[in-house]
Amino acid sequence: MTTARLAPPNWLPTVVGLGSGVLVLVGVEILVRLGAINRFIVPLPSEIVLSFARVITEEDIPRRLVQTAWECLAASLLLTVFGVAIGALMHRVRLIRLACETWVAAFASAPLVLAYPLFLVLFGRSTLTIIMLAFLSGLPPVILKTVEGLTATRRVLINVGRSFKLTPAQQFWKILFPSALPTIFVGIRLGMIFALINVVAVEFLINFGGLGQLINELAERYDLPGTYAAISFVVLISIVFFIVTERAERWLRS
Amino acid sequence: MAVAATSDRVVPAPQTEPAILVVDDLVMRFVTGDGGVTALDHVSFKVKPGEFLAVIGPSGCGKSTLFSIVGGLLSGYQGSVSVAGHSIAGPHASIGMVFQEESTFPWRNVVDNVCFPLEIAGMPKAERIDRARHFISMVGLDGFEKRYPSELSGGMRQRVSMARTLASEPKILLMDEPFAALDEQTRLLLGDKVLQIQQQLKQTTLLITHNITEAVQLADRILVMTYRPGRVKRIVDIDLPRPRSSEIVSSEAFGRYVAQIWSDLREEASRGMVDDETRKLHAHDATEKRS
Repeated sequence: MTTARLAPPNWLPTVVGLGSGVLVLVGVEILVRLGAINRFIVPLPSEIVLSFARVITEEDIPRRLVQTAWECLAASLLLTVFGVAIGALMHRVRLIRLACETWVAAFASAPLVLAYPLFLVLFGRSTLTIIMLAFLSGLPPVILKTVEGLTATRRVLINVGRSFKLTPAQQFWKILFPSALPTIFVGIRLGMIFALINVVAVEFLINFGGLGQLINELAERYDLPGTYAAISFVVLISIVFFIVTERAERWLRS
Repeated sequence: MAVAATSDRVVPAPQTEPAILVVDDLVMRFVTGDGGVTALDHVSFKVKPGEFLAVIGPSGCGKSTLFSIVGGLLSGYQGSVSVAGHSIAGPHASIGMVFQEESTFPWRNVVDNVCFPLEIAGMPKAERIDRARHFISMVGLDGFEKRYPSELSGGMRQRVSMARTLASEPKILLMDEPFAALDEQTRLLLGDKVLQIQQQLKQTTLLITHNITEAVQLADRILVMTYRPGRVKRIVDIDLPRPRSSEIVSSEAFGRYVAQIWSDLREEASRGMVDDETRKLHAHDATEKRS
């Protein structure tokens, strides 16, 4: 006899997820207090939590949060528009795809952030340098996933379009694009993660802008709880972007 | 009941009623690694308006090639395909296709799937939803309008595909083994649905199938094809009363038709099986030689 497995209630995964996070923090707290982890490298999680209010009020977090979020948003919009367009072009023109796909894949693993001096020369110590570096770093996964999604469209769906005499533009927008959308969104999410990492890294390196600059300043002051608190705000932006893209995908597919 | 059958390679429709679909002397060759394969060899037939013609043959007889050519998805053939006296090349609005594979759009719900050809035709939204609901009801999917394909069974999804094709109001419905992936009971019940629709719309239908019972249950005539190269071996008139339902499968006449078509097909299917095994053996030998 088989027993039916009951589906977990909707709230359970959230509670387990948050609970696991709290457990890890409690574990770190105990290890630091016992001296197993050097508290000059990793501060007490309780100190980090307590430093939130101080960092928010003293370090102008709302402005920095908006600045980093805006740079990420600009880079994300650019990499979505250009990434999908270039991916669609590579899918459409076989020669371009064969000529460039390997280069794009190689470009994806290049540590582009190290080219920041070049971007400083081109765009100056400005928001544009940060956005352009983040955009270029996040571009390859969007291109590659767009090509993959469009190529993986089932032949029968394309034939349905042909049987209804769709024009090439209709074939793309009505069949290829919606069919590829889930894979394209995987690329956009990856691209956005790359972009966020690069935004914070370049802000840190050129000591300009939002949260990256703050992390740099707090680390220079050796304010470790504050540094980790600022890093938490970067994670917050990442979560917000993830939720937004998830909603956008659902809206586009409906 | 007498079984009417002819062995002519070309069986013209009665002169009194002009054929709506004329397939004339089709030849299709594919270039392969070891030379070439003739998929269709001088295939000709005609379909009258409102007639249900089933094309049956063993695997590899060129049925799907025939489906693609008549549907306009394949070019590079010799011969011609004409609809209502006009020779066609490429997809044609008069021909609606239902595919063997699952072909609903997973990102559209049932009503939006069925609306698809009407949306392409530029029909106003309210009107196309009304029309789509009519065809959804015709295939027996009332109440499932807002469901997505992932929430439906395989048989229901095939009915959505059929409703979508019917919504474009084609003169000829072209179906390629639409129930091949379904179980036998669902297949019989969907056969009933096809019969009802065909009766209601007087829809000219060309069904490609390898299932003898399905062909006899649904068709007015059955065109039996030979194994590669695909030729017309025989066209059998199915003289079973209409309106029909799946209950007809238990009749004596039905059994006789099935037996007759199987006797035609058995020889071809055996040839196909031997050919298949020989090819596998050659491939195995070639691999061993290489290693």
